[in-house]
Amino acid sequence: MAAWATLVSLPPGIAVAWVLARCQFPGKLLLDVLVHLPLVMPPVVTGYLLLIAFGRQGTLGALLENTLGFSFAFNWTGAALASSIMGFPLLVRSVRLSIESVDSGLEQAATTLGAHPVWVLARITLPLALPGILAGAVLCFAKALGEFGATITFVSNIPGLTQTLPGAIYNAIQLPDGEAAALRLTGVAIALSVTALLASEWLARRVRRRHGRAP
Amino acid sequence: MSLQLDLRHRQGEFELRVVAEIPDGVTGVFGASGAGKSTLLEIVAGLRRPHQARISFHGDLLCDTERGLWLPAHCRGIGYVFQDSRLFPHLTVSDNLDFGRRHGRAPRDPGLRGHMIELLGLGALLHRPPSSLSGGERQRVAIARALLSGPRLLLLDEPCASLDVPRREELIGYLAAVCAASSVPMLYVSHSLPEIARLAQQLLLLEDGQARACGPINELLGRLDLPGLSGTDEAGTVLTALSTGVAGDGLNTYRHPAGELRLPGNPVAAGQPVRLLIRARDVSLAIGDPGQLSIRNRLAAVVLEVGLAHTGLCEVLLDAAGDRLLTRVTMETVRELGLEPGRQVTALVKSASLSQ
Repeated sequence: MAAWATLVSLPPGIAVAWVLARCQFPGKLLLDVLVHLPLVMPPVVTGYLLLIAFGRQGTLGALLENTLGFSFAFNWTGAALASSIMGFPLLVRSVRLSIESVDSGLEQAATTLGAHPVWVLARITLPLALPGILAGAVLCFAKALGEFGATITFVSNIPGLTQTLPGAIYNAIQLPDGEAAALRLTGVAIALSVTALLASEWLARRVRRRHGRAP
Repeated sequence: MSLQLDLRHRQGEFELRVVAEIPDGVTGVFGASGAGKSTLLEIVAGLRRPHQARISFHGDLLCDTERGLWLPAHCRGIGYVFQDSRLFPHLTVSDNLDFGRRHGRAPRDPGLRGHMIELLGLGALLHRPPSSLSGGERQRVAIARALLSGPRLLLLDEPCASLDVPRREELIGYLAAVCAASSVPMLYVSHSLPEIARLAQQLLLLEDGQARACGPINELLGRLDLPGLSGTDEAGTVLTALSTGVAGDGLNTYRHPAGELRLPGNPVAAGQPVRLLIRARDVSLAIGDPGQLSIRNRLAAVVLEVGLAHTGLCEVLLDAAGDRLLTRVTMETVRELGLEPGRQVTALVKSASLSQ
């Protein structure tokens, strides 16, 4: 679920980060604020807003259900949506910083070689920003993994369907003999987090070595 | 006429105003730092939007602000060699060279890649990452990369500026070979006149953002009304001479109708015509036979024109058996030697550098 949340938010995350890093337009500040809102707002508020919008009675939710027969409400996709929205600001921040650190002179050089801006993005900007994109993806994954407030408000805490890891731990602690289960789940959470961090660091180092810079 | 420029661009206090028609071939863009040379190149390449401009190349409009026409940089077919090479750090030298071929215009000639690699001595560098190259090597890769993207026009923005003197000499040698081998028109920006005289046939003179003159380099060098050119430290003129080989003492010898010249430098084969850039500050004047002097190079000349004085010095233009020669003397000398048009003098040449 956390992996889905990360994968789904990567393309729009990179797009928004690129827009924020390279474009100047009226309303840029508004977009910036909108993207960062879930980071500073109480998660429960975000979850409640999602429920209003995408719940069965919500305008967008009803529209989706009537046209596509698809619903986020009380479904694992809803949990993924909530998680990705919570992780989105972290992803965008990290990707934006790394795109800003790519020398725009290199992009200019690529255009004078006849490369279309889309190709410049694909062959120059994104490969050079890859360490930051990886770091952002790990942060997003971690946030999705640990997401609690927004998910529980939006799609509840249904075991096997919408239950996140913290949700399961919380449930386990509530039970009289659930401490062993809670500890096991805590172990799983730690293992997943450490693996994600190590993997991203390893990938980033490989990328930097390929770029010929000292790690 | 190939490149037609009519542009006005404002940047804070600075205003760039250029109206010029630049023919094909290699054109030097000369001017002091801050004269607007790089800005002009960026506008031509499409990397910077001018406030008001009409630019066309071989009849194709690249930009016409009046009609709201603006061709993006990647559609212009204009190559650019930057001062700081700008090689892509995540690609090898070979992939850098192929970047333009994959994403832009492919040059028609399939043998061009091998030819460029040979001409610029890149064979041993192909599989290395750009970070392992020296400054001169990077610039050579950047030049090859730009030419391999099949440009209709190549812009070079002080490609030698970031190099030390020996490396600069080396790169200019490579550039001269490229200019000789390639038919692509080039604009070569530099604030070094010897560099431009070595590579270019035409000159565009920029001064404080204004295009002062544009034309064949020899013609402009022999004019006294261009203080941005004749007034500078580097000012000089080009003399065409015939190499007579290397003398016993290791100096190159040249024959010119106005006299013999013996100068240091890389050996030049006997019988080869050369063009020598002689700086005004390296030329002294004497009346008649100066007798015993350390300067051995003496050319018979006639005063053509005495320029206006500034800060006690003035430029004097000479005719040395058909070639023009520029010298800089004090006002006092002008009076004492009675320098005026028609006066016979002996020009003493201290040094010279090879030119295109």
